[in-house]
Amino acid sequence: MSEVKRIATRQGYGEALAELGEEYKNLVVMDADLAESTKTIMFGKKFPERFFDCGIAEGNMVSMAAGLASTGKIVFASSFAMFATGRAYEQIRNSVGYPALNVKIAATHGGITVGEDGATHQCLEDVALMRNIPGMVVCVPSDVIEAKAAVRAAIEYEGPVFLRFGRSAVPVINDRPDYKFELGKGIVLKEGTDVTIIATGIVVESAMEAAKKLEAEGVSAEVINIHTIKPIDEELVIASAKKTGKVVTVEEHSVIGGLGSAVCDVICRYNPVPVLKIGVQDEFGTSASAAVLMKEYKLDADGVYEQVKAFL
Amino acid sequence: MNNLELQKIANEVRKGIIISTHAAKAGHPGGSMSAADIFTYLYFEEMQNIDPANPKNPDRDRFVLSKGHTAPGLYAALALKGFFPFEDLVKLRKLHSYLQGHPDMKATPGVDMSTGSLGQGISAAVGMALAARIDQKDYRVYTLLGDGEIEEGQVWEAAMYAGHKKVDNLVAIIDNNGLQIDGKIEDVCSPYPIDKKFEAFNWHVINADAHDFDSLRAAFAEAKTVKGMPTAIICKSVKGKGVSFMENQASWHGVAPNDEQYEKAMAELEKAGEELCQK
Ligand SMILES: Cc1ncc(C[n+]2csc(CCOP(=O)(O)OP(=O)(O)O)c2C)c(N)n1
Ligand SMILES: [Mg+2]
Repeated sequence: MSEVKRIATRQGYGEALAELGEEYKNLVVMDADLAESTKTIMFGKKFPERFFDCGIAEGNMVSMAAGLASTGKIVFASSFAMFATGRAYEQIRNSVGYPALNVKIAATHGGITVGEDGATHQCLEDVALMRNIPGMVVCVPSDVIEAKAAVRAAIEYEGPVFLRFGRSAVPVINDRPDYKFELGKGIVLKEGTDVTIIATGIVVESAMEAAKKLEAEGVSAEVINIHTIKPIDEELVIASAKKTGKVVTVEEHSVIGGLGSAVCDVICRYNPVPVLKIGVQDEFGTSASAAVLMKEYKLDADGVYEQVKAFL
Repeated sequence: MNNLELQKIANEVRKGIIISTHAAKAGHPGGSMSAADIFTYLYFEEMQNIDPANPKNPDRDRFVLSKGHTAPGLYAALALKGFFPFEDLVKLRKLHSYLQGHPDMKATPGVDMSTGSLGQGISAAVGMALAARIDQKDYRVYTLLGDGEIEEGQVWEAAMYAGHKKVDNLVAIIDNNGLQIDGKIEDVCSPYPIDKKFEAFNWHVINADAHDFDSLRAAFAEAKTVKGMPTAIICKSVKGKGVSFMENQASWHGVAPNDEQYEKAMAELEKAGEELCQK
């Protein structure tokens, strides 16, 4: 097997912005003193007149983004997920969500893989916060290829979008000729009959690896990548749940309000089956390297495998 | 304590910053180094009733590290003060460590407030100062902010309220090292003039040199005499102060020294320490 390439999804975000800035002359990018980390600097260097580093002032940035968008600009506003969605939550709800303006809240450093900075910087609630805002599209890419595709789709879609990218380098898993990204459409990565594993973001890879281990033991797991948590691909979720009768969700996020909750909303209504929500259980993160934390919070392949097994 | 003694401690604080961030392979040396003398002055000269044997003494002065990313500097000062062993600094940012990446008041003895999200610490400090008033206690509250941090609107909400309430047991120290992450503060989103802004919010303002203990001593002494308004001490500083290759470099904001840089930095600090001993 050739060695797997590892690239952070935020890298894809930065590259996509810098590329698409040529095509879309009304694309504007904003940041809050984290341009190197979020990678918006790649756009900022190429298009300085359409780039605003707003300083450490996330609330102001988001409402300024709303003003820019009201004149017809497509605006990406970036910071770490904690500050983009946490500090500026109410500005997003009332200045962006309510008027349905064309602002994309593009947050990097989501989840525990922020690593050593610890709990204050590890946002485990961003998807929950954004999913609750009426009309907000919520998208969590699983690798650099999906990240780039999601940025383009967010630009082509008119209205508020939340995009979540990660800090750490993760395996490239979507490098195949038939890969196709469509907002709101889940992707079946592996078909199966015994259990459905629905994952989002960088832990899609953990889910795939876990499924391989289960397969070796005679358990046939279906794996679905839900990159768009809202609107969620109801049809796909229901069909798979009907087929397997058991659902596991996997996310690098609190199990309260994220992918697991979104899947339960659909399943409870149309086809109740037992659901196991794998993620961070009602607790804060902590300081350590990303790899150590993935193990500690049982979000690596082994952790997912063990939890699914115990559930079956 | 005399200046020489304080200088020696500050040099040890700087070593602690280098040792801990090197061991963690992560963390924020730049803003920790610029504030090393301030941490030292606060914990070894200024603050009252700070007792490692009784870290929760209700009469103690409080300190809120509003620029929480510079925890390595605070941890080093607390260790030297006796709250925990200096040797433990290598546990910074490790799994299950009591030395979290950003200050955690539940985990670390001597830490008065959990911080890390910029702009919130000063508000917590105002709250503590108001509590002293309710309880008719005469403890004082100190908070340290970054000069990039004061771009946050919340800082000015806190400043307005503290000025309005005439909270005179509160001292806000601004570490004016001129740099934030994306570059010079005046290039990103200039907060200047900082002194005039605090004055306009009804604060008493003192300008000081963050690396001169005479200047710090005079500033904190003056602050004690101020009645009817909070005090802001704006400290001109050098980010990365004490290690030649870190000084005034925005790139040293949030990266740890590697093995080679660690050796170089420690050699410089050892030498500085020896020179102080010869004085
Ligand atoms: C609300 C919030 N936004 C962004 C960050 C990320 N961040 C950490 S340190 C920093 C720059 C701080 O610069 P400054 O206040 O000047 O600190 P110093 O130079 O003393 O290190 C930023 C943007 C944060 N911790 N909190
Ligand atoms: Mg600064």
